[in-house]
Amino acid sequence: MSLGPYASFIVTSYALVAAVVLLLIVWIIADYRRQQAHLKEIEASGITRRSGRSAVDIR
Amino acid sequence: MNALAALIRRDIKIALRVGGGALIGVLFFLTVTVLMPFAVGPDLALLSRLGPAILWLGALLASLLTLDRLFTADHEDGSLDLIVMSRTPLELACAAKALAHWIAAGLPLIIATPVLGLLLNLDGTATLAVAATLLAGTPALTFTGMIGAALAVTLHRGGLLLAVLVLPLSIPVLIFGVAASQAAISGSLPFGTPFSILCALSLASLVIGPFAAAASLRHGLD
Amino acid sequence: MTLTDLANPTKFLALTARILPWLAGVTAILLAIGLYQSAMAPDDYQQGATVKIMFIHVPNAWLSMFVWGVMSVAALGTLVWRHPLADVAAKAAAPIGAAFTFLALVTGSLWGRPMWGTYWEWDARLTSVLILFLMYLGLMALWRAVEDPSRAARAAAVLTLVGAINIPIIKFSVDWWNTLHQPASVLRMGGSTLDKAFLWPLLVMAIAFSLLFITLHLAAMRNEILRRRVRSLQMMQANRVAFTSEVGTGSRDGNASQEIGAA
Repeated sequence: MSLGPYASFIVTSYALVAAVVLLLIVWIIADYRRQQAHLKEIEASGITRRSGRSAVDIR
Repeated sequence: MNALAALIRRDIKIALRVGGGALIGVLFFLTVTVLMPFAVGPDLALLSRLGPAILWLGALLASLLTLDRLFTADHEDGSLDLIVMSRTPLELACAAKALAHWIAAGLPLIIATPVLGLLLNLDGTATLAVAATLLAGTPALTFTGMIGAALAVTLHRGGLLLAVLVLPLSIPVLIFGVAASQAAISGSLPFGTPFSILCALSLASLVIGPFAAAASLRHGLD
Repeated sequence: MTLTDLANPTKFLALTARILPWLAGVTAILLAIGLYQSAMAPDDYQQGATVKIMFIHVPNAWLSMFVWGVMSVAALGTLVWRHPLADVAAKAAAPIGAAFTFLALVTGSLWGRPMWGTYWEWDARLTSVLILFLMYLGLMALWRAVEDPSRAARAAAVLTLVGAINIPIIKFSVDWWNTLHQPASVLRMGGSTLDKAFLWPLLVMAIAFSLLFITLHLAAMRNEILRRRVRSLQMMQANRVAFTSEVGTGSRDGNASQEIGAA
């Protein structure tokens, strides 16, 4: 597939979009893990939720 | 109406006092305008071409500086709570405060323009054009800035956040203000076109500003 | 399950946990199809292969405006109906929308260099999208500036609705000011002027990116709900320490820890 004389622009654009999207995904997953870790730690220290369910329960 | 008139009179009096900040705005305007030739170089032709832009930027930044005081002073001594709780509609009270702010802080900027125009080698037409566009545009700056001031009122270092919130909304006013000044000077574009859009922006902000500011104050103070 | 059931954050979490894997899967498949179609698309007789940048630039541009629309609806939910998930939806959407706007600006700039000869031009469409990006950043700053989440939500809601005025300006800027950016060619009266060979990859990518936004948004909303749960539980923890401590000042409301519940 020949990308013509401006191939570098096309490749850079797609690469940037991929990089930013991946960054978003990684950030969201990392944030999720961090919140779960916090909740486990709080659960371990004995605090209970009003409803009595586990703090890490997400269902 | 009496309540609003009293509010306007009170705000103007406070602003014109020594610590009030209205004249600080003009001083800042002067400072920025004087700094530009140092940065750009003393080339008079270049300065007169950039003149309207420099004056508009100075006015924008000066009004941003004084907007911080619009609500924070009242918030600190508790009178903002009284204003929010009073019988006059909060939207009208916000509009009155903005009007007072414009009279005390915006008008001096416009009055200072001819003097500063001399520093930037602007001729009579150019100075008149810039002053006219500032007259039409500074209400827009004050009334949209009021929205940011209301949002940032309860924050400690709200001044910086206020600037960040208000600047994107002020960009169109700046664009059309300078465009109208340039149109009057060079005549490539009819003056009426950007000037009427500038007036439209001011009129729209006269309505949107008080409503948004009142909503922010109500939600932010409870 | 009615809409009011969705208002319950716990039920929302349960729903999200179930559908997120499917959404992510469908998004990945559609992105793959769209990328393949973009690669296979013919060269434009004027632009050559650089037309391929359109397939990622336009969806990002559409989404940057769409996300502000989503946040505006959430803002109404916060201010008018006090819907509890509206706050969460608005806060979660802001960084994602900012990212899409950034990508629209950058891919547009990289497309502009071969097409127009310049990386940037102060025409109406580019300027108003740049202003939109600055407003996204300002909104994110406002969210983080106010300590209390529900007060932050209301302040952000007002700012979102004021900023919503920018969206029609962006959409119609290419019609009102005929400067550099090309006028509307897909969503206009009288049907699209884009050739089918380009329209299909564009639409597939647009749908793929929209699904990507929905996936990321739901995941981010879940994170935000968990973050608030952490905050509430930490406040309970702090209260417990304060009340059981001997040196703590006697507190009037010993029932505070029961009041501050967690979702």
